Amino acid sequence: MDSALIPKGVERCSLGKFALFIAVVGAVLLWGVFAMLLCWLKGLNQTNMNDYYGFALWIWADLAVIALGGGAFFTGFLRYIIGKDELKNIINYAVLIGFICYSSALLILAIDIGQPLRGWFIFWHANVHSMLTEVAFCLSCYFVVLTIEYLPLIFENRQLDKVPFLHNLSHNMHEIMAVFAATGAFLSFFHQGSLGGVAGVLFGRPFAYREGIFIWPFTFFLFTWSAAACGPCFTILITKITEKVTKKKLVKDNVINLLAKISGWMLLTYIVAKTIDTWYWAAITAPSKGFWLMDFYSSNPLYGGGILFAEIVLCGFIPAFLLVIKDFRENPNTRMIAIILAVIGVSLNRWVMVLQVMAVPVMPFDTWALYFPSWQEIATTILPVAYGVILIALSYRYLPIFPQERELNPVTD
Amino acid sequence: MMFPFIFEWMWDMSHIVFMGGLWYALTIIGLGMTYCIIKAIIDTSQGKGSHQH
Repeated sequence: MDSALIPKGVERCSLGKFALFIAVVGAVLLWGVFAMLLCWLKGLNQTNMNDYYGFALWIWADLAVIALGGGAFFTGFLRYIIGKDELKNIINYAVLIGFICYSSALLILAIDIGQPLRGWFIFWHANVHSMLTEVAFCLSCYFVVLTIEYLPLIFENRQLDKVPFLHNLSHNMHEIMAVFAATGAFLSFFHQGSLGGVAGVLFGRPFAYREGIFIWPFTFFLFTWSAAACGPCFTILITKITEKVTKKKLVKDNVINLLAKISGWMLLTYIVAKTIDTWYWAAITAPSKGFWLMDFYSSNPLYGGGILFAEIVLCGFIPAFLLVIKDFRENPNTRMIAIILAVIGVSLNRWVMVLQVMAVPVMPFDTWALYFPSWQEIATTILPVAYGVILIALSYRYLPIFPQERELNPVTD
Repeated sequence: MMFPFIFEWMWDMSHIVFMGGLWYALTIIGLGMTYCIIKAIIDTSQGKGSHQH
């Protein structure tokens, strides 16, 4: 029924099967929307946050999707600015994933502020002494850039492409995409960096606080670098999941291996810098404030010492070495393990920098703040996942996302 | 004062850097899209892209 909308020369499942899939994921989406409306209509008392514990699951999800969406800006930077031409075969998907991640981040923020109708206050009453203002500016602008990068793909739909104006507009946007990609890289550099910088200047939170060069440039670059390293890993992971679901090969191995190699080197350099930062903080900064390393870790499994090992060694050095060494990188199994570990690693880093920072007791009368999100928080955190699955499904079905799909999966009849 | 395009504007370094960065990015994005749209209108009026029909 919708065959006129499907790209030429590719096979898709029947409309009924597709509609059933969308209906199942749509039910999860509606559950999230219901929880979101509860938060908007009844207020933030629907959450388990309080004055003592103001950063919660949403902020972790927000920082994690921003880091994982970093694949869009970094792949765009490599493709359009550095000139890695092979990446043209995965850039569309990286942009789509980035678009989903950043729109999700903005949606989470719209729920988190409690009064979404006042969201524009951050632009009109800008607090020019806050790094979060810069984050809000860059995040909003970068979302506009991602929309501009995604639009030509929509215009390449078989029916839309027949409209001469849209065909020409798409062609012209492709022509100057390097300008938009460079703007996106500029904006991403600053908002990723400032998110890290926020943690570094929390002088009331010694678990995050840094001094001297360990604020600038360390906290800034660690966040930007980790997003640039792990964002492409997330793009590869979603590509591989899409290949598994569709039972098709969609991107050639040389493209995946190139992106994995660059990610590996980025991850290795990042994790060395992260280790230096952690060592200096644990050996010099924290003791100078009267803390010992293990004061920051509890026997609770959520905040135990194992989290440090997991973040730096298990999900840092190990995936970095697996991606840097050619034999492991080109082996699909070890490459997949490395990619999954890297994605977990960056998410764990954001978890630590948001939730553990708030949980560590800082006053003599404080205890560990153990927090469990309400179902509304969980539902609104799952909401962007359902939204992302639906947008990927629609884009895969109706847009030419994978330029190598036809060559890799020739249709026989 | 409400210039340049912000309530409570002050001529200090923080405002100039923050708002300057925002308007710099928005100007590039705006000019880029304006170029694409105007060129698409001209191209369409010259009959380009109509081979798609």
